[in-house]
Amino acid sequence: MIEDLFALFLSRYNYWMAIILMLIGLYALIAKQNLVKKIIGLNIFQTAIFLFYISFADVTGGTAPIYLPEGPGALYVNPLPHVLMLTAIVVGVSITAVALSLVVRIYQEYKVMDEDELLEVMRRP
Amino acid sequence: MNAVIAQLPVLILVVPIVGALLILLAGKVNRNFSYPVTLATISFQFAASLILLSAVMTGGTIHYYLGGWPPPMGIELVLDAFNSFVLVVILAMALLTAVWARQGAALDIPPEKTVPFFVVFQLLVTGLCGMTITGDIFNLYVFVEITSIAAYVLVASGRGARSLIAGFNYLVLGSIAAGFIVLGIGYLYVATGTLNMGELAAMLPASYGLATVHAAFLFLMIGFSIKVAFFPLHLWLPDAYTESPAVVTILIATATSKVTAYAMIRVIFSVFTPQYITESFPVTEVILIIAAIAIIAGAVLAIAQDNLKRMLAYSSISQMGYIMFAIGIANQIALEGGLLHIMAHAVMKGCLFMVAGMIIYRTGITGIHQMSGLSRTMPLTCAAFALAGASMIGIPPTIGFMSKYYLVLGAVEAGQYLAAAVLLIGSLLAAVYIWRVIEIMYFGDHHEGALHSGPEAPLSMLVPVLILAASCLLLGLFVDIPLEIIGPAVTLLLGGS
Repeated sequence: MIEDLFALFLSRYNYWMAIILMLIGLYALIAKQNLVKKIIGLNIFQTAIFLFYISFADVTGGTAPIYLPEGPGALYVNPLPHVLMLTAIVVGVSITAVALSLVVRIYQEYKVMDEDELLEVMRRP
Repeated sequence: MNAVIAQLPVLILVVPIVGALLILLAGKVNRNFSYPVTLATISFQFAASLILLSAVMTGGTIHYYLGGWPPPMGIELVLDAFNSFVLVVILAMALLTAVWARQGAALDIPPEKTVPFFVVFQLLVTGLCGMTITGDIFNLYVFVEITSIAAYVLVASGRGARSLIAGFNYLVLGSIAAGFIVLGIGYLYVATGTLNMGELAAMLPASYGLATVHAAFLFLMIGFSIKVAFFPLHLWLPDAYTESPAVVTILIATATSKVTAYAMIRVIFSVFTPQYITESFPVTEVILIIAAIAIIAGAVLAIAQDNLKRMLAYSSISQMGYIMFAIGIANQIALEGGLLHIMAHAVMKGCLFMVAGMIIYRTGITGIHQMSGLSRTMPLTCAAFALAGASMIGIPPTIGFMSKYYLVLGAVEAGQYLAAAVLLIGSLLAAVYIWRVIEIMYFGDHHEGALHSGPEAPLSMLVPVLILAASCLLLGLFVDIPLEIIGPAVTLLLGGS
């Protein structure tokens, strides 16, 4: 039973790693009090998605998707998910930039970085 | 001229992107130049959307291949009866919001920030147009993100420091939602090997039994549910609507939420099919139950609020429930009601949020209990509120009555009598939270001096509000005109392609 599960894990370990990373990111987003740590969690979450795309693009034994001497018949990895993830990385960077600037502004206004303390400061009139 | 019309689907996206840069340049010269450029660009978009709608109604669906590359190699823009209708609705709302913003923006946006404000405003409208007309599902994700980033910035640009926190919470939840959406798209790509929506619809039925496809559907559903603030994933919405600048609330509550609902319906019915959600993976019952809870819970929470903007925000959660309700019933009449409600809710919620903004503009009042006797100083504004409020409750012959009438008819036709009853209870609860405001405005004691006895809000704010209030009534009286467009759109959705 345990061996079976382990074999299942090993046979698809790249997807499992993506899922584990994704859950770590989500955990940090939800459970961490510090706003910057939340943003780090968001980044881990997004990176897990990038890794998921890149690992399903892989073809066993495939080479780089460039024009090879073998011609179009060459076995190459699917380039499309990589291109998609380039776009998603740009999006991720923009979101991180906006999030960090919001945190800076929140800190300027309230002089706290912690969610609990922030709620306390806000409750004061 | 025809050559220009043939290029309109892409011009409606390219012109405003260039326009956003022009706003920045014009603002560098003189801060006051940025507003006319914004207004001109959005007017152009609105005119283009009208031309496109008439072209679609006469000539059928338009396919535009970007760069001349046909799908699946290239990205295509698709305009059919459904999305050209949504495009006209949201651009009309964006145009009226832009007119309102001429003086309304000064309410929350400091003068030195107006130039970047209008740049981001323009980018938000552009992202919405892109979401509406794209025919490629990854392209949809990119436009969702353009829209969302612009929305995060706009929400956080309020004058109060609380808007920063509202913006941050919106960003965190919105980014999780976007992550789920892109993950769902990845699963769809794994299952079919294509990203074009038309091809996905053609290739997916072969793999309807696969767990991959179910996972894709669930990820997309959860992602979009957070984005449209479908109960119980609505937690970002009340703060974002309440704390953001008045102009931003109007645009987000009308255009953004409607386009997101459109994208959700598009994915459910055009990428997946009605057969999928009723037979292969029966979720309509679940959607119906959650939508019913959303309608009731949103309305009950709205009754409990004193801040007018916050009350309208909770009412939005309830009203989004009506649109989701149509998805849960998924027959011709109910979906016609749902699409009609997309337009109806945009019109009346736009009007109500504008009124809330104007009351703050003239008197600085946000609490409902302080508004007693307001109708004596701002009669036209309060009349507009009463008319749009009547539409929100669903009093005939307003547009809000028509859309709810079709929803009830659809529910009865599907044999869901209990669900039809929920719609009526939702209307009753809406009567409670809307009537409370009207009663205080009209029949509350007027304390002399307690209010600024200022005149009505300026004309540039009053005219959009009156246009919207009048359309609540006129669209209801002449409901055949939108239905002529919606009817074919629903047939198209239920036909599967």
